[in-house]
Amino acid sequence: MTRMQMLFTGVFGTLALASVIGGSLKFAVARGQAHGVIDNLNARIRAWWWMIALIGIAFVFNKGGVLVLFGLASFLAMREFFSMTYTRRGDHAALALCFFVVLPVQYWLLWTGWYGLYAIFIPVYAFLILPVAAVLQSDTVRFLERVSKVQWAVMICVYCLSHVPGLLMLEIPGYKGENLMLIAFLIIVVQSSDVLQYVWGKLMGRHLVAPQLSPSKTVEGLVGGVLSATLLGAALWWITPFNPWQAGAIAFVINLMGFLGGLVMSAIKRDHGVKDWGALIEGHGGVLDRLDSVVFSAPIFFHIVRYWWEP
Amino acid sequence: MMASLVARAINFFVYLVTGVRARWLGCGPAATQRVYFANHASHGDFVLVWSVLPAILRLRTRPVAGADYWNRSALRRFIGAQVFHAVLIDRDPQSRTADPVAMMEAALAGGDSLIIFPEGTRNTGDAPLLPLKSGLFHLASRRPDVEYVPVWIENIGRVLPKGMLLPVPLLCSVSFGTPITLAAGETRDQFLTRARAAMLSMRPHSTSEASST
Repeated sequence: MTRMQMLFTGVFGTLALASVIGGSLKFAVARGQAHGVIDNLNARIRAWWWMIALIGIAFVFNKGGVLVLFGLASFLAMREFFSMTYTRRGDHAALALCFFVVLPVQYWLLWTGWYGLYAIFIPVYAFLILPVAAVLQSDTVRFLERVSKVQWAVMICVYCLSHVPGLLMLEIPGYKGENLMLIAFLIIVVQSSDVLQYVWGKLMGRHLVAPQLSPSKTVEGLVGGVLSATLLGAALWWITPFNPWQAGAIAFVINLMGFLGGLVMSAIKRDHGVKDWGALIEGHGGVLDRLDSVVFSAPIFFHIVRYWWEP
Repeated sequence: MMASLVARAINFFVYLVTGVRARWLGCGPAATQRVYFANHASHGDFVLVWSVLPAILRLRTRPVAGADYWNRSALRRFIGAQVFHAVLIDRDPQSRTADPVAMMEAALAGGDSLIIFPEGTRNTGDAPLLPLKSGLFHLASRRPDVEYVPVWIENIGRVLPKGMLLPVPLLCSVSFGTPITLAAGETRDQFLTRARAAMLSMRPHSTSEASST
């Protein structure tokens, strides 16, 4: 069995266990009746089966599959982001550029492996061109606010998220052809941190971390979730170019970034008076609700590996 | 055959761009004869309402639309007449030969439901909703047996603002409220005020401070 097959076996085994636990709770605690928390838990587990299946299919097609999957995720995330954002008629051209030029070009640059332009395309070129597209419409109402939000949307939904498939560009000695497992490491560690924070929080959460930002994030959930996901990251060292200590340290950093990213994205939702970014993923909310932690950890993970592991 | 394929293609495209979701707040999707009255910000409006209806209801639900727009080219005529079975009304009081309310009444007499836009024209300004024209009142007084369902369409005006050709993908929703009927002795202004309030009450919270085109 290859390492990738072992990894997927482990993931499917964990999910199967989660489904059994969810089913037992529904039977034993909820007695088959409607129960808010348990039904939501089961909806989340069902959605996880779909998400893992999609990632598995993407991995079969290697680079092309991963680029299509994350390109689609960027599209859905940006659609959720702009749906909640104040824009005016004068922003139409800038929005169209984001969807039909910036997003495809960023993923095309990944396909060609042109790292130099990939790294600066959105922070430099899109940053300068998008406000120009808006200003040509001659509408100055709340102008700086509008162009800032457009830039923020492409940074979060396209630039940061594209650093997940970006991991395929890295050339690490002795790790050739194995980069898909870096993606698996990032996603498993960061998403486990989210899940474990939820589990620890539900089991023993008492003190809210940031009551103004999130009604569900607790100190107990944060500490328990981040530490246990850090241990998981260390235990997964065998799929990475890292040793167990390095894997644990990196897992700790990306878990922390993931948590902080969740807080930032929560603040935006709070400000707009909504609970979720969307409703596409049953039990989870929108694509951005699921990916907020990945968005904030992917670029940091990418650059840690690039700086210390690429010659 | 061709028309139903085109209808499917349009539905798929609409879902791809807008991920449209129905919110049945005050009534469910039922085969009752109805007049859905909605806010109007884009040519995509009635397609959105139409596409969230169950397929069986779509066959018997006809949008009421401006003849000037839908008769302009052969493609539009085909889509308007064959795909959506639109009731085309002449919006210019000077030139028209048929009374729009009478045409809607005739369509109702045929047993179909209608989708109408009582603002009368597309809203492109900053106000969430324009004043309603009196057609809705006249229809309600002539056919009091039909359910009048308030509808709020969110975001479509931003997807395809007036004068733009390329739609931008944004999430849209269509909310259906509690049906209203004309009360005994209710004046035109009272009824229209009530209808307008019913529409506005369904605006989703997220954009209520800054809904705009």
